Amino acid sequence: MTAAFSARVDAALASPTLKLAIDRTTGTARSKRAAAMAAWPEFNIARDLGRDIKDHVIENLEHYLVTFEKNAIASGAKVHWAETGAQACAIVVDICRKANAKSVTRAKSMLGEEIGLPHALEEAGIERVETDLAEHIIQLAGDPPSHIVWPALHKTREQVAELFRTHHRDPGALASVEAMVGSARRQLREKFMAADVGISGANFLVADTGAVCTVTNEGNAELTTTPPRVHIVTAGIEKLVPSTAHAMAMLRLLVRSATGAELTQYTTFHCGPKQAGDLDGPEEFHIVLVDAGRTRMLAEGLADMLRCIRCGACLNHCVVYRQIGGHAYGATYPGPMGAVLTPSLSGLEAAQDLPRACTLNGQCQEVCPVAIPLPTLLRGWREKAWQQGFEPATVRWAVALWRFLILRPALYAAASAIGLRLMPLFSRNGWISRLPLAGGWTAHRDMPSPTGGTFLAQYKRRMKK
Amino acid sequence: MNERAKLETKASPHVALFATCLVNAMRPSIGFAAVQLLEQAGCRVDVPMGQTCCGQPALNSGDQEGTRQIARRNIKMLEPFDHVVVPSGSCAATIKVHYPELFAHDPAWLKRAQNLAARTHELLSYLTDIRGWAPEGVHLEKTATYHDSCSGLRELGVKKQPRKLLAGVENLTMRPLAGEETCCGFGGTFCVKYPAISNAIVDEKAAAVEATGADLLLGGDLGCLLNMAGKLHRRGAKVQVYHAAEVLAGMGDEPAIGGDA
Repeated sequence: MTAAFSARVDAALASPTLKLAIDRTTGTARSKRAAAMAAWPEFNIARDLGRDIKDHVIENLEHYLVTFEKNAIASGAKVHWAETGAQACAIVVDICRKANAKSVTRAKSMLGEEIGLPHALEEAGIERVETDLAEHIIQLAGDPPSHIVWPALHKTREQVAELFRTHHRDPGALASVEAMVGSARRQLREKFMAADVGISGANFLVADTGAVCTVTNEGNAELTTTPPRVHIVTAGIEKLVPSTAHAMAMLRLLVRSATGAELTQYTTFHCGPKQAGDLDGPEEFHIVLVDAGRTRMLAEGLADMLRCIRCGACLNHCVVYRQIGGHAYGATYPGPMGAVLTPSLSGLEAAQDLPRACTLNGQCQEVCPVAIPLPTLLRGWREKAWQQGFEPATVRWAVALWRFLILRPALYAAASAIGLRLMPLFSRNGWISRLPLAGGWTAHRDMPSPTGGTFLAQYKRRMKK
Repeated sequence: MNERAKLETKASPHVALFATCLVNAMRPSIGFAAVQLLEQAGCRVDVPMGQTCCGQPALNSGDQEGTRQIARRNIKMLEPFDHVVVPSGSCAATIKVHYPELFAHDPAWLKRAQNLAARTHELLSYLTDIRGWAPEGVHLEKTATYHDSCSGLRELGVKKQPRKLLAGVENLTMRPLAGEETCCGFGGTFCVKYPAISNAIVDEKAAAVEATGADLLLGGDLGCLLNMAGKLHRRGAKVQVYHAAEVLAGMGDEPAIGGDA
């Protein structure tokens, strides 16, 4: 385990409130998803369809990108292409500067986090107002997001009330979640109306209409994209779907998997700037299409991962995420999907712990609405880490020695017999509570003391009788 | 009738018990229980003396070439048998699911790996699905709960079979376990590579087991059972842990994992 990961894990496990916060939100998410699935016997068919739609798009990416661009331009949008996250940020900052923007509202976008857009806006001296309630909370706290659907999942509601009391103009009593939402609404409302530019992400890019689909439960995306003069969308190129009908098929999977609801409170298809006769809408509509390593993922054998629709179900069902939370992953994307994406985005050497810190129990794959074989992809990273020599020397030697014995049954039997004779020396009443070379086990749990030699040796003796 | 179906309906198939390295070293009674159950189910049982391990630790460490060496050895060793039965979902899945993946680019070995995969079964599902066996005259005046080990559950579909078998044990009362399909935190080498995370997971699992109030915790995979038994003992819980095969073989009154202490 690298020192950096170890330190983050220790900090997470030592937090007195983190587990409570994780259990509250992911527990609700799991039970609501389970109820939604119980009421949806066709889930498996829908999942296969969702998988096939995304695979089809990825296999024909160039066609759909060109079609989307053509239709978006026809709707009056300006389309920009960014190969890297830094290029995407530069394009967004440049549009803001040209619009003389002093204040920017932003609707939650994981791609924005991935490419470092919040930081880039701050560097450029532009006021950034996060409008998603959870993003608002973590902006006040100065934290990075800890979950892809609920970025402030690591904060308990008690901690949120404390933040609002400190930072809000007119917090009131904050006695209930409703009162807290009211306080945030009072705080954010005038920011929405005063912003020069609104920035959103995209849940889907609809190729045949050039529209951008966003889903929220708070309506903040609509308030971010409609009042300002300029609307900028930043979207990863894997967000494409062929048509609105395909987007609807994906929405059924996304929302049920994320929150268990049939649909989000707000589902909006943004298509081009304000037209003559429109009551409202932005004067300029920009779409920044971002690669940022996605085409490289295709070459790295991660095409399956490009199906991901960022529902968060794999995080909610991951036993590791549920213990250590999102920040311990040290990356934009945590949980199983993050453990697959991060080595590609940030390099395998730095992120080598993420694919390894997994029990390969397969529940993530079971709940994935687009059937991504997450354990297989995580194994793939372990193979690369092994080949590239990132596994610590102690582990490499231990595996090499073990394999040497495994391939030589007589030696293996002799070594086992010695080990089994030594182990009872450390036991009391049939249990071992401290054992040399097995501290990782005995630090936390006891080990039953073996008795009577190996099964093979005992079986051989019985057969002779 | 195809070749495979013929084998499965054979009155007395020649079965190799692949005991697994953990059973071999830590809990021989599971091996003896498996032999007894397979014989009761009409099998001619052999325990190949050259067996060691399926190779899972190397596979999960990312050492593909090392795993292939182990796999080739096991494939050769297990070729003479009609069926290969494994008292562990994760070791059975390594042979059944992952050996063929390892030889995806080696047609000759792929064929042999697929052939072995088709003949390999997890013990509890083999007894019910292939042999149609059910316990007769097995008594145990206890309450028990069952943990579904992940590999067996998700890679091999082992879920109903152990419950069906245990329902045939007279006087044994089964209690549901909250989160029975949630991983116990063992994960093979995971539990020693990331001990703090593994501990947090198994602590939650042990609490759920204790909350059932059952006398016994049963399962089908010794790695997970050792993890949970060790944690339950460290917590001072009185729950006794057995492989389901031991109970089915009438060994539920003999000392549990770690003895009675």
